Parts: sequence; structure tokens; C-alpha cells
Amino acid sequence: MTKVTNIVVAGLGGQGVLTGTDILAEVALRAGYDVKKSEIKGMSQRGGSVTGDVRFGDHVFSPMVPAGEADFLLVLEPTQVEPHRYMLRPAGVLITPDAVPADQLPSRKTLNVALLGALSAHLPMAEEQWLAALRAGFAETFFEGNRKAFLIGRGGQKSKVQGPESKVPAGGEAA
Amino acid sequence: MNEPKRLLLSGDEAIALAARHAGVALGAGYPGTPSTEILEHFSELGGHAQWSPNEKVALEVTIGAAFGGARALCTMKHVGLNVASDPLFTAAYTGVSGALIVVSADDPGMASSQNEQDNRRYAVAAGVPMLEPSDSQEAYDFMFAAIELSERWKLPVLFRVTTRVCHSYTVVQPRLANGAPRLSSFERDIRGRVMIPAYARPAHRRLRQKLTELQEWNETSPLNRIVEGGAELGVITSGISFMHVREAAPEARVLKLGFTHPLPLKKIAQFVKGVGRCVVIEEGDPYLVEAIRAAGIPVEGKADMYRFGELDVPRVRRILNHDLSPEPTKPPGKPPQLCDACQYRIVFEALRKQDCIVAGDIGCYTLGVLQPFEAIDSCVCMGASLGVGLGLRHVLPPNQARRVVSVIGDSTFVHSGISGLVEMVYNPPPNGHVLIILDNSTTAMTGHQEHPGTGRTLEHEPTGKVVLEDLARSLGIRRVYVIEPHAGTGEFDRLLKDCLESNELAVIIARRPCILIAKQLKQYEDQRCECDAAQTAAPAPA
Repeated sequence: MTKVTNIVVAGLGGQGVLTGTDILAEVALRAGYDVKKSEIKGMSQRGGSVTGDVRFGDHVFSPMVPAGEADFLLVLEPTQVEPHRYMLRPAGVLITPDAVPADQLPSRKTLNVALLGALSAHLPMAEEQWLAALRAGFAETFFEGNRKAFLIGRGGQKSKVQGPESKVPAGGEAA
Repeated sequence: MNEPKRLLLSGDEAIALAARHAGVALGAGYPGTPSTEILEHFSELGGHAQWSPNEKVALEVTIGAAFGGARALCTMKHVGLNVASDPLFTAAYTGVSGALIVVSADDPGMASSQNEQDNRRYAVAAGVPMLEPSDSQEAYDFMFAAIELSERWKLPVLFRVTTRVCHSYTVVQPRLANGAPRLSSFERDIRGRVMIPAYARPAHRRLRQKLTELQEWNETSPLNRIVEGGAELGVITSGISFMHVREAAPEARVLKLGFTHPLPLKKIAQFVKGVGRCVVIEEGDPYLVEAIRAAGIPVEGKADMYRFGELDVPRVRRILNHDLSPEPTKPPGKPPQLCDACQYRIVFEALRKQDCIVAGDIGCYTLGVLQPFEAIDSCVCMGASLGVGLGLRHVLPPNQARRVVSVIGDSTFVHSGISGLVEMVYNPPPNGHVLIILDNSTTAMTGHQEHPGTGRTLEHEPTGKVVLEDLARSLGIRRVYVIEPHAGTGEFDRLLKDCLESNELAVIIARRPCILIAKQLKQYEDQRCECDAAQTAAPAPA
């Protein structure tokens, strides 16, 4: 049985956090994995912090990523890095807006998709599967922009591996 | 795409899909996180779904549908069941002819609620069977089971879910749709459905008899299952906690309960005998552990500190390890706030400036309690702004009483503010009172649902409209004002000041469509006008 892959996406209401986790979960589903996605969205439209968890593998139990066990933390808003860093496991991968060249994106709205592109370089799913999920997840008119943003993220990603010296608060189940 | 029919659904969507596949004829409810999406999705799938003014009415409508022999679905958040509890308790006595499934979506941890009450207690209090799914597949499958139980024992079934079941997406393999709605037909049963004391006394005995039979049936029900594991550690659990347990203690033998009232106590006793240590893992109240111990079965529960908030994998590990050390606090995220262009900002600025004592209510506008406004002094439950404001007016010294204002949203006002308004007219405080209805023409907090004040159905189609100002005037209130607050004009401030100084009853309706969906609301309204025009042109009905 392969290990479950844990991804946490964080940002602010209105940034497309939940759309991002939708696409991510859809890709994992299409690739044949068991997948679970969990989100807290009660107040999400009012500009507050929003996070979504996606877990995939042969068999997933809890829909929530345990603190300190995220393999990837994808953050759409720089101020949301520190509040969510405790979710990342030691040597987990942090992906922030710095991972993509903002000036080359078709629009600011595609940041979430571009960051998914950066994430995709670390994951086993094929590029066609990602593009198929992007096509299915939005109105057709958005596909070209999203495809471009995704490929920019996928090609030019620079992500930071959290070193052992990084701060993991006591909350992290850091082993 | 391995299997053709593998869907990734939220628990809410899975409930809706099952309801559709099982031929549910009517779904009614009131929006409330985390239950709202059930009826929306049921409607999208072609089901007959409608928003009621509140949960009590929704339950009554679905009781009627089930009296008529139909399969009916009623949805609400946990606190909604407080409102609907009156019909629930007696519907357990009358029973139903068709099927009635009451979904209670609880919110442990209060992601978006005013309390974290555990509605499993309602199953016991009302005496109704209760099912608790753990993921979307079970939410789907258990709906069919709930309908079968409801029809076989002619009882409403409480379908208890929580935020993480409702809002987590997990893989579902649906079965084939099994049919069209049952044909409804009225069969008179006066002694069974008219709960005068003479008929209610035998009805109560019938209910207890049904529960005894259900308990026996539950001893061998496929809704409870054992996951084999080592005999050293046994865990009894239900709902989402099951998933956390499987991850936190993969070595444990687990009794997973899906049918949690009335409990299969013989099965539980047998399970406990077969393991060394047996721990009950449940979110919220110690419901299972108390019932199991009351039956004389020795089990371990969780420490009090784990009664608060949601469980997750790390917390389950801690419970199993008897870890009572303080839990790590999560770094604070950014709190939500009123939208930048929200008209309510102007209202809360005015309330703050005039040093009002504000009895608030439930909705987006509750965010007026946070900085920079801090302009709400109480928030108890849906509709409470009126009663609480009036109570304050009655007892406070005049210089304070004159500053008391009740603030409520349009949807909340229709939900349960109307009876408070009647109270205001019937028992007016000596110095009058001021009610502000914040009318953004939608139920914004839960994701922009319609309500009777918008004049549009759940599907956004034009229908009868409750006109708030007409309603207030019809009660004899002279000071009824409709105003669109604008920044910088001071108009709203002056109106509020006038009303406060009048010593009379006043209703101010601050009306502007929610900024988040203003364009959409405009479109609906244009459609509505066309429809009205067409109706006016048509000959009057006889």
C-alpha cells in the first residue's frame, strides 16, 4: 500500500483556494486514487483565512490532514504562510506565490492554477490529466488562460523544502 | 477513470443524490451551514426542493408530505432542530405513512455556528431512530437504509451528520436509481394523527414498542460493523470519528456504529468482552459512553478536554494515549469581515457613533461585532434580536433604554423575527423601540439562498413575496422607513437619531442588494418585473 499524499492549500476568501482543491482532487480521482477533500467554508466569502485539505493514495481514512503531516503546503497569500506552516511535515514542500512569475500570468485570478502547476511537478499525475481536470472544472472560455498559467507554474517552479531547522510549532506532530 | 461511475461527492451532495435515486418527492428546509447544499443539489438533480421560512415550517411541510404517503426529506443545521423540535417530538407519536428523513447537520468546533450542541441527544429525547454516516458513500447508502426503516416502522428517522461529513468530498459509487416517487394518497387515520390526549397516550406506548423492536433489529443490523484487528485494543465509534480512529490506531479492533439510536447494547457488550481495553471515541457529548455505561458495560471514555471542538487524527491519538497535556494552539488566521462595500458598514458606524446598545442576530452582519465597529452587544439565536432588545428596553433606566436597538437581517427576520415584531406591537416598552432590518435581498451568510422576502423560490423563480414594510405597517407601526444607506450623506444617522428620540415604535429597513451578487439579483428582479407585467395583462383568475 502506497503512502497517502497530504496537501494543504491556504489563502484568503475569494482567492480560489477551494477551486484549487477541487481541481487537485479531481485529478487524483481521474488518476484512479482514493481521494478525500475537506474544507471549511462557512465564512469564506468574507475575506477570512480559508484552507482546504486534499489527501490521495490507495486508501484514505480521515479527510483532514493531521497537523505536521502535510507533504505539501500551497499558500496563495504571503501573510498566510506563517499561520499554516505548522501543518507541514519536516522536509515537506512549501509552495508560495514566489514560485511563479506573477508578471507572466494571464491574470491575477490564475494564481491558484499557476501554483497548482508548480505543485504538479512534484506529483505523479500526468500533464494531460491535469489539463483535462482544468478543462472540466471551469467554463470553456477560461481554459486557455488556465492552461497557460498552469504550464508557467509547472515549468518554472521553485519551491522551498522545509529544512530541519525550520520552525515547526509544538502543534506539529514533528517526528 | 477506472470505473465508469466513480463520483467525488460531498456528504451533502451524496445525500441529495440518494434522495433523488430513492424517489424522494419533496425536500424542504432552511439554509444553514453545513446543511445548505443538500437541497440546492437535490434541486439541481431535478428534485422538488423548497426553502421554508424556518425549520419548524419545513418539518411540518414534510410531515404532511409523509402523511400523504410520500418520501420526504427535511434538512437543517443543528440549531435548526431546536426550532423544529416541537413538531419532531409529536411526529414520533403520530408516525408517518410514507418516509420522513430529518437531516440534522451538526457543527462541532463551530466553523460557522453559535454553539456546538450535539443533536444525538434529540434522537433519545424525541424517541426516533438515528443513523450516522462516516463519509459520502455511507451518506448515500444510509439514506436508502433510513427510508426503509422509516417506511417499515412508520417513524421519522434522524439522519445525523457533521461538518466534516457534509463538507468533505469522498468517492461514491452510486447504485442504480431505483424508481419514481411513490404515489401519494390520503388515508384517514384520525386516532393515529390527531394528538389529543386520549389518542396521544396510546400513541406514546406504540412509539416505545417500536423502539423496543428497533433495538432488537439493530442488534444484527448491517449498519453496524466490526473492523477486525488485534484483541488488545477495542474502539467503539461512529460518524467521522471512525475515520480518525482507523488512521490513528490501525491495529485496533473497531466496532463502527452506523445506527446509533436505539443502540445495539447486546452487540456492544459482546464486542467489549472480546477485547482487552475498550475505548469509546466520539466527537462532542459523551453520548455513546454514557449510554453504554448505563447498560453496565465497562468502557473508557475521553477526558473532558476533548469534549470541545472537533476530533482529528492527532486528538484521537492523544485520547488513546491518555494524553492530558495542554493541546497546541493553532496560529490565528485572518478573521472574516464585512465586505468593503457592504451597506451594513454604514449602519454599524451609525450605531457605534450614537452609542447604541445593540441586540444583534444571526447572519453576515454579526461581523459588526468585530473591529472596527464592535457595535453588537448580544447574539443568541435566530430572531432573538427583537425579544432581547425589548427585554432590555423594559428594565433599563430610561437614559439607557432609549439607546437600545434591535438589528436583524431580512432572511432571519422572516425566519423568526416576525413573532418578535408582534411582541413589540403587543408589549411596547415605555420609550418605544427601534428595529433595523438589514435587507440585502438574500440569505447571504449561507451562500445567497432565496427566502420569502425575496419573492423568489429556491430555484430563483418568481413567487409570492412578503413585503417587509407592508407587514410592519399592517401591524399598526406608524414609523416604518425604507432607506438605502450611503456613505458620507449622514442620512442614515439622522433617521436613526430621529427614531431613537421619538419614543415610538420604529422599523428602519436598510435595503440594498448584497454587493457580492448585486448583478445576479438585478437579473432576477428584471425577470420578476416581466413576469408581473405578464400577469397584469392576463385576465384575472376567477
